[in-house]
Amino acid sequence: MFHLSIVTPEKSYYEGEIKSLVVPGTEGYLGILSHHAPLITALMPGKIEFRDEHDEVYIMAVSGGFLEVSGNLATILADTVEDADKIDIERARAAYEREKKRLISAGKGETDIDLPSVRAALARAANRIKIYEETH
Amino acid sequence: MPTLREVKKRIRSVISTKRITNAMEMVAAAKLRRAQQRVEQSRPYSKKMDEILSQLAAGSTGEIVHPYFEEREVKKRTLVIFTSDRGLCGSFNSNVVRKAQEWIAAHRDGELELVTVGKKGNDYFKKRSWPVVNYYGDWGGSLDYDKARNIVRFLTDRFVAGDTDEISLLFTRFLSMVKYRISLEKYLPVARPEIKTDESEMFKGSKDYIFEPDAEKIYAALMPGYATTKMVTALVESFASEHGSRMIAMNAATKNAGEMVQSLTLDYNKARQAQITTELTEVVSGANALKG
Repeated sequence: MFHLSIVTPEKSYYEGEIKSLVVPGTEGYLGILSHHAPLITALMPGKIEFRDEHDEVYIMAVSGGFLEVSGNLATILADTVEDADKIDIERARAAYEREKKRLISAGKGETDIDLPSVRAALARAANRIKIYEETH
Repeated sequence: MPTLREVKKRIRSVISTKRITNAMEMVAAAKLRRAQQRVEQSRPYSKKMDEILSQLAAGSTGEIVHPYFEEREVKKRTLVIFTSDRGLCGSFNSNVVRKAQEWIAAHRDGELELVTVGKKGNDYFKKRSWPVVNYYGDWGGSLDYDKARNIVRFLTDRFVAGDTDEISLLFTRFLSMVKYRISLEKYLPVARPEIKTDESEMFKGSKDYIFEPDAEKIYAALMPGYATTKMVTALVESFASEHGSRMIAMNAATKNAGEMVQSLTLDYNKARQAQITTELTEVVSGANALKG
């Protein structure tokens, strides 16, 4: 067992003792168990999955951030995070279509588009949709 | 001596002003509550951010290489001034403006430029033709994340491109309902994180962090977030202070209006009595004249 806290700029999202944790690191998904060696990694848009002390499984969508593990304490600094069953699927799909259109118009030569931010937004929307579909 | 009708009109107008200030006080109180929550909720994140940064500094060997840390000889300074969009909030804006004036006076010999957040400060410095390079207004007294990110992008781009060598933020920190402090904080370059030497028991012997992929890349991902967090902190603190100041100012205004109504009512009654006395005297003297 180890302690997990998930904080976002808006609020503290989760705080509690857990048994295992899987996060989307920049180099791929990685699992954390108790007494993991100290670690700092950046996170990609993806799925956070963990099992609390009562063996209940939590699945959340994260849009990026950081994970720090030290002394049996894991902290996730997330840009945004949502429970899988609280994902606003309509909004995610709308965002996906919107960003896709912008990407296409950028491909057609429109220069007034910030490509990295459009790609990031597209990845976030795609991630929400994927997690929603996995869990529903 | 004002006539009865004039006094009556005056009383009515003060009463309606009082109603307005009272309503504004209530609105400010509600907004303040939300802003205060915002301040408190954003604190754990920024605290953690600082922690990770200092642990990264402690755990990574060698120099930290990231453009936000680059300290150059300061030729040009930028000051970001946080004021409100709307007035009627007591000395909130004038306090910030006064501090900004002091800062300008102190750095006058070098090159300087201003970025204004909030309409009031912008109007003031534009009118006095200080070099305002960018302005962000229309906040409506609450945080807009995208707007905050725009400010961050503008400032960091400017710093990295070498258009300015030092950026500071001037904003009001919300300490409590009645206590605010104007705070001048360096924004860029970011001060090198302190390396903590007195780690708690828990951390002993476990300081060799694994960095994935490596410290440099983590810095590259972390620093923009760090810059945004700092900006958001300044904004939410400033908003909370604005609403607090407005609430106090409006509370005082409501009280003053109440006192004014009281003293005007007194005037009114006096005038009314004087009129009655005059009428009585007239009636009595008229009657006497008839008798005589």
